[in-house]
Amino acid sequence: MAQRPQPRFPEPNTEPYWEATKQNELRYPVCTACETIIFTPRRHCTDCGSQDLEWKVSRGEGTVYTFSVVRQNRMPGFVDLGAYSVAYIDLDEGFRMLSGVIGIEDPTRDIHIGQRVRVEFEEQEEGEYPIPLFRPI
Amino acid sequence: MNQDRQAAIVGIHEYPSRLTRGVSAMDIKIDCIRTALEDAGLSWGDVDAVYDAGDGEAGGGLQLSAYLGLRPNVIDTTQVGGSSYEFQAAHAWRDIAAGKCKVAILSYGSTAASARWAIGTGSMQRPGAANWEANMEIPYGTTLIANYAMVKQRHMHEYGTTTEQLAGISVATRRHAMRNPDAVQAMTDLEFVGVNEITTADVLDSRVVADPLHLLECCMISDGGGAVVIASPEVARNTRKPPVWIIGSGEAIKYTESDGDITVSAGAQSGPVAFGEAGIAPDEIDIAMIYDSFTITVAVCLEDLGFCKKGEVGDYVAGGRLAFDNPDAPALNTDGGGLSSNHPGMRGIFLLLEATRQLRGESHSQRPDARLAVAHGNGGRLGSTHTGGTVILARD
Repeated sequence: MAQRPQPRFPEPNTEPYWEATKQNELRYPVCTACETIIFTPRRHCTDCGSQDLEWKVSRGEGTVYTFSVVRQNRMPGFVDLGAYSVAYIDLDEGFRMLSGVIGIEDPTRDIHIGQRVRVEFEEQEEGEYPIPLFRPI
Repeated sequence: MNQDRQAAIVGIHEYPSRLTRGVSAMDIKIDCIRTALEDAGLSWGDVDAVYDAGDGEAGGGLQLSAYLGLRPNVIDTTQVGGSSYEFQAAHAWRDIAAGKCKVAILSYGSTAASARWAIGTGSMQRPGAANWEANMEIPYGTTLIANYAMVKQRHMHEYGTTTEQLAGISVATRRHAMRNPDAVQAMTDLEFVGVNEITTADVLDSRVVADPLHLLECCMISDGGGAVVIASPEVARNTRKPPVWIIGSGEAIKYTESDGDITVSAGAQSGPVAFGEAGIAPDEIDIAMIYDSFTITVAVCLEDLGFCKKGEVGDYVAGGRLAFDNPDAPALNTDGGGLSSNHPGMRGIFLLLEATRQLRGESHSQRPDARLAVAHGNGGRLGSTHTGGTVILARD
């Protein structure tokens, strides 16, 4: 089982995002006044400054905007993972998030820009928050 | 060209060693400040403005000023990563022009190599940090190199740019490094596999650190530091070396946006402002000191500053075209850059140092009759939250 680092709390901007992962939901905040999506999540609208936000649930499908395959790292939780990918995913609802692509044989060969992907919640050995990652559809 | 002469770089020093052992970051800063003042022919007591990025013993301008034993009239603690020194030079220019001070010092010291600091392959955030960005980055395991690599990946996808083309940046920079004795010593001390000129094939054959960035597209991690003295025209008239005038500057930041273009950097905002103030065009520039954390950083910034169109940088840099001895193009990073001379974490100050050497005629890879230079710093992480600081410099 994977053991990626967990998010840390208290951190009020991203807590609703991470709490939702426990229900395997990918949530994102939207401004009720001007409908701007605020991602990376914060507690104010980055377009109009309103603090009246609503958390919506994404369908979890999107497209790889860009990616890299990490072949060398010195980070706890990743050192033993072998080559793994990180990627920006453009979700169909219109927000871009940092994540990674999993469920492929060789990340150096099997990921491409424009690839359609769906979210998957990876349970971790320790810690209560599963990590949202993406698998090719 | 902007003919106002309001502030000039009058003193510089670069710490020669890249593997210091037993010397502190503050020791490096103090040594560099003292030597840069000597270079200018000024004294300790002449300093009335201190700019600091908090690299010595934290605390920024307050702690450094107290340690120096100075009571400056201007204290500026701008910390925006590697471009801090372009921002600070712009602020010193502004503060001197406003009559707030006459002699400003910028300084940098770091022992990143001795401390074995994993800048590129460790976490992008401090371990244990809880903030809105760290919580959305740390669980995904993005190294700093992977962050920049994602820019290169997208640039290759959109514009057909190749590693073979971008290798031209590494090739030209290494050529310059081999002419700089401090850079040669740096590569020796830091145990580079080959302390020699490199070819495009060498770059392609070097191992991939984070796709699609190869090892020879990545900067080193070294110790080092430097200092810059910036002074008013009255002071500059009596300094030891010819003044190098600041004639334009621009500052900007950029971050991930849902509809953003990752191949465009903050330089697209800071560059035009700086060139506009200077009243010159990029094709008039003799010396391009562009922050080379990675080949892709240089590539994107060259485009954003207007040296070539977006998407055309591959041809612009291919084959080591931006060498000091090619009069058809600006000379790029003639000290050997972060790729092959030094990168202690925040390289911005070295851009100002080598630009000044070129405009004084003191470089090891001197462009004949160099008149105009740009120093463009990129701080933070090119693929997400980052800065662009552009400074245009001119000799008399």
